[in-house]
Amino acid sequence: MSSDNQPQTADAQTTQEARMGGGTDNRFNSKLRNAFGSSPFILTKFDSFMNWVRGSSMFMLQFGIACCSIEMMHTYAVKHDLDRFGSGVPRASPRQADVIIVPGTIVSKFAPRMKRVYDQMPEPKFVVSMGSCTISGGPFQKGYNVVKGAEEVIPVDIHVPGCPPRPEALIYGVAKLQERISEGESAPVTVKPYELQQFGDLESDELVDELADEIDRDTLVMRYNWNDSP
Amino acid sequence: MSLERPTDRTDTVGVTEEGLDYDALADLLGDRVVSREQHHHTEAFTIRPDEVQDVLFALRDQAGFDHCSNVTAQEYENRFETIYHLKKYADPTQELSVVVPTSKDNPVSESAEPVYRTADWHEREAYDLVGIQYEGHPDMRRILLPETWKGHPMGLDYNQEKPQIVTLEAHANPLEDDEHDAGADTMYLNIGPHHPATHGVLHIETVLDGEQVAHVEPDIGYLHRCEEQMAQQGTYRHEIMPYPDRWDYVSAGILNEWAYARTAEELTDLDVPDYAQVIRTMSAELCRIAAHMLAVGTFALDVYGEFTATFMYAFRDREVVENILEDLTGQRLMFNYLRLGGVAWDLPEPREAFFEKIRDFLDGLPHKLDEYHDLLTSNEIFQLRCANTGVLDAETAKQYGATGPVARASGVDYDIRRDDPYGYYPELDWDVVTAEEGDNYARVLCRLQEVEESARIIDQCVDLLEDWPEDDREIQSNVPRTLRPDDDAEIYRAVEGAKGELGIYIRSDGTDKPARFKIRSPAFSNLQTLPELAVGEYVPDLIASLASLDIVLGEVDR
Repeated sequence: MSSDNQPQTADAQTTQEARMGGGTDNRFNSKLRNAFGSSPFILTKFDSFMNWVRGSSMFMLQFGIACCSIEMMHTYAVKHDLDRFGSGVPRASPRQADVIIVPGTIVSKFAPRMKRVYDQMPEPKFVVSMGSCTISGGPFQKGYNVVKGAEEVIPVDIHVPGCPPRPEALIYGVAKLQERISEGESAPVTVKPYELQQFGDLESDELVDELADEIDRDTLVMRYNWNDSP
Repeated sequence: MSLERPTDRTDTVGVTEEGLDYDALADLLGDRVVSREQHHHTEAFTIRPDEVQDVLFALRDQAGFDHCSNVTAQEYENRFETIYHLKKYADPTQELSVVVPTSKDNPVSESAEPVYRTADWHEREAYDLVGIQYEGHPDMRRILLPETWKGHPMGLDYNQEKPQIVTLEAHANPLEDDEHDAGADTMYLNIGPHHPATHGVLHIETVLDGEQVAHVEPDIGYLHRCEEQMAQQGTYRHEIMPYPDRWDYVSAGILNEWAYARTAEELTDLDVPDYAQVIRTMSAELCRIAAHMLAVGTFALDVYGEFTATFMYAFRDREVVENILEDLTGQRLMFNYLRLGGVAWDLPEPREAFFEKIRDFLDGLPHKLDEYHDLLTSNEIFQLRCANTGVLDAETAKQYGATGPVARASGVDYDIRRDDPYGYYPELDWDVVTAEEGDNYARVLCRLQEVEESARIIDQCVDLLEDWPEDDREIQSNVPRTLRPDDDAEIYRAVEGAKGELGIYIRSDGTDKPARFKIRSPAFSNLQTLPELAVGEYVPDLIASLASLDIVLGEVDR
């Protein structure tokens, strides 16, 4: 039994000192720790903190409509890998998502369903509209069945133009959205011409009277006034 | 399996050494033929609207027209007209159009559904968009537009400014006759239109008995963006070509553009230089590879339910193809590269670098395909999952007008590239891939093998292009600035798209825009077979069958 191996009572350390050794363990030398310095606390407004968290971890909705969804899949997949920017992992259920990318032409039959999917997402929620069709109807604007842009139905935070936009453009759009969220900006309030409403609440006119036998008063409907569209 | 088609010319009416004898066909039908007229490539027999089934039964059973390729409906100033474009699976160059005019005040025509099952959806579309009624049709209601739509938009007097009302509930209450009710032992289930496994915005109404599918009905129209109207509003020369890219948008753009190019070129009698044909053939096959890669990747996504391995492999390879196509056309997805009479521009400079890029891709492809076979087709779990599920036999496939890999995997040896040749395909050495089983497994295997064949074609095209003399690189023939086909010329031509026979019917009226532009979408016909594949199977097999049909909603709904 050599006394060399015995801890010296004279140099007795606290447990913490013993564990920390000479200084900060270099396993924990993250940038964040360096930025904090020796103090493990930061002082910020809770709102700013929440905005920063929201922007840095966005759950996208797995939502494909038309051509743009192919480029959207490329954005999620190898090479572009949207996940690198803290916004990957498409969720199949709207209940688990907070960002919806609207990738494609919206037609009359689909708009009520899209509105429903949007309504099912929990607040706060954000919308990236991808491609010309979701801005104005794009190349199909003159179609008898085409809704002239996503903003006719749901509010939109970021528009990414293109037909279809390249994955780089979509990434830029998502990055811009993150920037806006972390600065606490929310979606602009827009007038949405097309709303889901009960058939019984529609103002009576020729068309409503004609359909009165077919549609139940409680049924949710969307009424398209094509003439008022841009 | 080879380019030489077996000669099995039986003694069907009208078949001669020189081709189709239309007089013999007219004799067969006797005085049921009211009049005859000449369309491009074929003759059209006009018949009475109450003798449709008689005539079509005779043509199918005695003259061998087993493929109802397309049904076109249109409105003239003084009448409605339905055209049945008939072909033969054994030889699609033998064509016949059957024209059924009906009066304006009573647009009722006999349904062809008992003769050709595929007419079911085609006639519903004709009713929906044009407004012709079909007597004896099992389910005469709208197909693309919502139930509550007013008017028929492809009709002449349709006013698209009028408001419309669309309901949120589609056709049925999901909770009606539910298992929660006493007495009912089935459950109604909506799949889609927002669902990861429907490959877009498809709605499948399903009735389940336990975990088995008792009834399934696809509900389409969630992406009906008026492609035919758009084409009818564009001029032939430049304004129509961008739209085909957006029918089958899974990178199959050039295949679709070729459908329009082939139809319009034959309608206006334009030549295409050989050099341009080789470029077209090469780029079209690159598109086919990209499209099949996505089909395989999303199939794996659906049956394995993961967003990782196979899907990522497929997208890795698609990126390579898209880079090559971007070098050539300037676009990743919507190429707009073909022009009537040729292509937009020559290969990118430096040519050697471009060729090397393609060669690198082709050299790496066998190894990559081995990876797919390791991941998918030689995986026992995958085999258990896919073999003998979703079986489609050859006769049913023909009845539904199925084409492309779906038909070929069911033993229907039908490929328009070989049977009704166009482009540079006849000069090249390649095989048509077929399988006999007709199950989900065979369809996926067929696509993977077609990728190999496409690679063979591209390889030969690159050889040809490398050695092409520099002073003979004509990319476009001489095309008039404004194209005005003859008044009342009618044509129906098809090419082999990624999903099958992609055809276009054009009727011209002497102006520079088509009077009627009808798209025959392969995915539309293929999707019709879904109930045959899925009823009686388990729900997961329904999803696998749907994925193996490889539909694109942009093309189904147009």
